[in-house]
Amino acid sequence: MSILFSLFLSFFQIGLFSIGGGYAAMPLIQAQTVDIHGWLTPTEFADLVTIAEMTPGPIAINSATFVGMNVAGIAGVVVATLGNILPSVIIMLLLARIYEKYREQTLLKRVLEGVRPVVVAAIFTAGLSLLQLAIGHMGQIDLFAIIVFVLAFICLNSRKIPLGPIVLLIFGAISGIGYAVVTHALP
Amino acid sequence: MPDVLIREQKKRPEINLKFFFKLFWTTFSLSLFTFGGGFVIISLMRKKMVVKLGWINDEEMLDFITIAQSSPGPIAVNGSLMVGYHLAGVPGALVATLGTILPPMIILTLVSLGYKAVQDNLWIAAAFHGMRAVVAAIVLQVTWALFMPLLKKKQVLPILLFVLSFSALFIFKVNIMLVMVSIVVFSIIQSMILLQKEKKL
Repeated sequence: MSILFSLFLSFFQIGLFSIGGGYAAMPLIQAQTVDIHGWLTPTEFADLVTIAEMTPGPIAINSATFVGMNVAGIAGVVVATLGNILPSVIIMLLLARIYEKYREQTLLKRVLEGVRPVVVAAIFTAGLSLLQLAIGHMGQIDLFAIIVFVLAFICLNSRKIPLGPIVLLIFGAISGIGYAVVTHALP
Repeated sequence: MPDVLIREQKKRPEINLKFFFKLFWTTFSLSLFTFGGGFVIISLMRKKMVVKLGWINDEEMLDFITIAQSSPGPIAVNGSLMVGYHLAGVPGALVATLGTILPPMIILTLVSLGYKAVQDNLWIAAAFHGMRAVVAAIVLQVTWALFMPLLKKKQVLPILLFVLSFSALFIFKVNIMLVMVSIVVFSIIQSMILLQKEKKL
């Protein structure tokens, strides 16, 4: 009972404070599931972001399902997902009513603008911890991972190379397996 | 055709059981085939609901996108909620939301079962080893793309807020909920004062 309640409460907070969509939820998910509750190891969290990138649906719903399933099975999935969307449902229904009446959202837009620098800083922080995890394997600097990271970053920033995140992830998986074969880490 | 703004509403659908099935199926299939999150689903939603079904017009769609983006929670869920509510009130909002969250729930439940089973497999571990570096690149590239517009505005406050909150989070490990609550309260007060001033002018 109490584990279900803390799942609900955690994902409620994630839903409530992920402002600006998509990646804004990521640092919050990391804080709740890795730092505060220890439901996921940092590596499992990185894998979850990878999986969320390759499957349809918002990262917050993906995470709620993944974590809920790991922690408390199907009941966990339902509770975490409901907790996650409840703030949306309440706030959006209120806003929808206001919208049908006034059709104006000046204050809302202003508030979002003001919050954005902090959201970007939070995503940046989460990105740096993912990078630390990816390239600093057990106290050693992982040269292979650094090269993959740099190449992927260049591809994503270049307009000339039209490779999306999913294609790059597939390349990442293939190169990871290739590297393991070359270094005889695989049987 | 899709490049022209659609202003007129073709037909307001009749609200019956058949409509709710159609709404559920529409949001379900949109959510099922949307990789890459928020903004992608919004553009697909427009293609389906504005251009094909004619349930809403473009002006409404643009308003919904703005509201969905500026509210807490996943953009895809917020967007479907708005459209559902607009078409058929609270039941419409709930049906559209359910349609949107079910595909990721089903898929991730299966994936999480699979992940547990293969987590210790050496081949899978090797694949994730490569993919982790790519994911770090994806997230940092997103940060870069979001940070550049802030920098280009050349305003002091946003940059200051960025530096302050980054130090709080990364160096001093301040709880992120605390940081978010503070900035939301600060931003609401600041926006209200600014709007008051503008009204007086």
